[in-house]
Amino acid sequence: MRQLIVKRLAQTIPMLFFVSIVCFAMIKLAPGDPVMSFVTPNMHAEDIERIRHSLGLDQPAYVQYVQWLKQLLSGNLGYSLINHQPVLDQIIDRLPATAGLMACAIGLAVILAIPLGLVAGANRNRWSDKLINLVTYIGISVPLFWLAILLIYLFAIKLHWLPSMGMRTIGVNSAADVLKHGILPCFVLAFGFLAVYVRYIRSSTIGQLREEYVLIQKAFGSSRYTILFRHVLKHVLLPIITLLGMSMGDLVTGAIVTETVFTWPGIGSLGMTAVRGMDYPVLMGITLFSSVLLILGNLLADIAYSFADPRIKTMR
Amino acid sequence: MNRSKWRNLKRELWSSKLGVAAVILLILFTLGAVFAFLAPNDPNVMNVAERLQSPNGSHWFGTDDYGRDYFARAMYGGRVSLMVGFASMILATGIGTCIGVLSGYFGGRLDNLLMRLLEIFLSIPSFLVLLLLSVYLKPSVGNIIVIIAFLMWMNIARVVRAETMTLKEREYVLYAKASGQGAWGIIWKHIVPNLVPVIIVGATNNVASAIMMESSLSFLGFGVQPPNATWGSMLNNAQGFIAQAPYLAIFPGVLILLTVLSFNVLGDILRVGLEPRLTKR
Repeated sequence: MRQLIVKRLAQTIPMLFFVSIVCFAMIKLAPGDPVMSFVTPNMHAEDIERIRHSLGLDQPAYVQYVQWLKQLLSGNLGYSLINHQPVLDQIIDRLPATAGLMACAIGLAVILAIPLGLVAGANRNRWSDKLINLVTYIGISVPLFWLAILLIYLFAIKLHWLPSMGMRTIGVNSAADVLKHGILPCFVLAFGFLAVYVRYIRSSTIGQLREEYVLIQKAFGSSRYTILFRHVLKHVLLPIITLLGMSMGDLVTGAIVTETVFTWPGIGSLGMTAVRGMDYPVLMGITLFSSVLLILGNLLADIAYSFADPRIKTMR
Repeated sequence: MNRSKWRNLKRELWSSKLGVAAVILLILFTLGAVFAFLAPNDPNVMNVAERLQSPNGSHWFGTDDYGRDYFARAMYGGRVSLMVGFASMILATGIGTCIGVLSGYFGGRLDNLLMRLLEIFLSIPSFLVLLLLSVYLKPSVGNIIVIIAFLMWMNIARVVRAETMTLKEREYVLYAKASGQGAWGIIWKHIVPNLVPVIIVGATNNVASAIMMESSLSFLGFGVQPPNATWGSMLNNAQGFIAQAPYLAIFPGVLILLTVLSFNVLGDILRVGLEPRLTKR
């Protein structure tokens, strides 16, 4: 077990290194000379060179990279070009909105996906399976931004049941208000995750139902639903761990489009604002943040999986 | 690919109502995209007097906020969306197949290197990169195709590698080797032809995800630029008129949904039909 964890950790190091190089390149390749933001019209050429030197921008690229990396490891991700706030603070500021939304969406998706996947797998090729199958096909094929627009039209514009945008009503500061704003974006995101989860659970249910323990339970006279929800469920939960780990990588990117449609003030819409304003340090910060989450998510999924199912160890 | 596989595939396809519907829809959409120039109206001609008309006899999908014929725009939009989908798929499949075959056949250090490269590509959040690259580069159709392809080749490379590794242990490959045939000859004559089923399945799913990526990108305003329409950018525009003209949002969305859905359904049918041993049913 320890060997596996050490090996997986060692594998993540080159990946993190590569991600850091990509992020550094993003800043370096960004159009425009960063010194220019410090230059005033009446400055001499020597002054400009002095600023360049003091910023370390006259050093070779690898020296700059090492400097940048040191800063990064001490938590300095640079400053936004637009509002001059530290990038890290902005990300931390927006994190709760995105994480809360995603946690609700993934939670809702898992809760719905387990019974749907089990029922579909147990009734393979019958009408209930076909119906669930059609729903999951739509789930993986529907553009989530379109679903969002339709729901806004129906629930906000036609029925006036739910707000269409933002996270809070201006002047209102209550949890209920935030929840009300969160229902639509949460549902949209959950629908996307749901389809993927149901397909996984369905296929592993089908696999599990062929196992001997199911036959033995049947012979003991257990009912179909006892077998399904008591015994098969335990084994089916395994792949869900992996799926959850992989969903961590979607935390930021999965929310970009949905947050934009609902103007939900999370990291996704921070990213969109940064893209529109060519705010390279913020973009770099978000790329770094979501890559690290993705890598860590996969790592955690692998480790959790090997704890849950010790057979994995020998397979690698 | 042998005859029994084709027969298998035909049976799978005809036995599935969803599959038949998917094939018919895709043929229709492709014809619509190819013959978009036959559309009764010009997609870019503005006519303010006719703006925001609901669907009617002369404008089947109505008109948008500039009075442009929405049906013609949907046809031309489909042309761009489908072209991006197919072109990225071809490019991604090419890259993925090459890397997969090299990795699987030669193994060892090369395999190790290529697989680390693949893992690195998988560790970068692809939609974010897509967005970033389309900002750094100019968002032309060509650039978008290349960027999407570079973010999509990994799945094909993985399955091709796995398949190559089993194929190269087959007896006829061992005989070919023993009879002195070179590595490239073996790859071309004995490995690649047997990879066709896995490649077709992967490629079909790739078209679906490429179309989805392109529409999301265009929806956010970083895809193909105006005045050219794509289904994604039409939705972007429709968002602003949702209260007055909900049909503007409905048509392009339904078209994306049906296209992506059809490719996904087809991909699954191909998988069952062409690789029955990989599919537990």
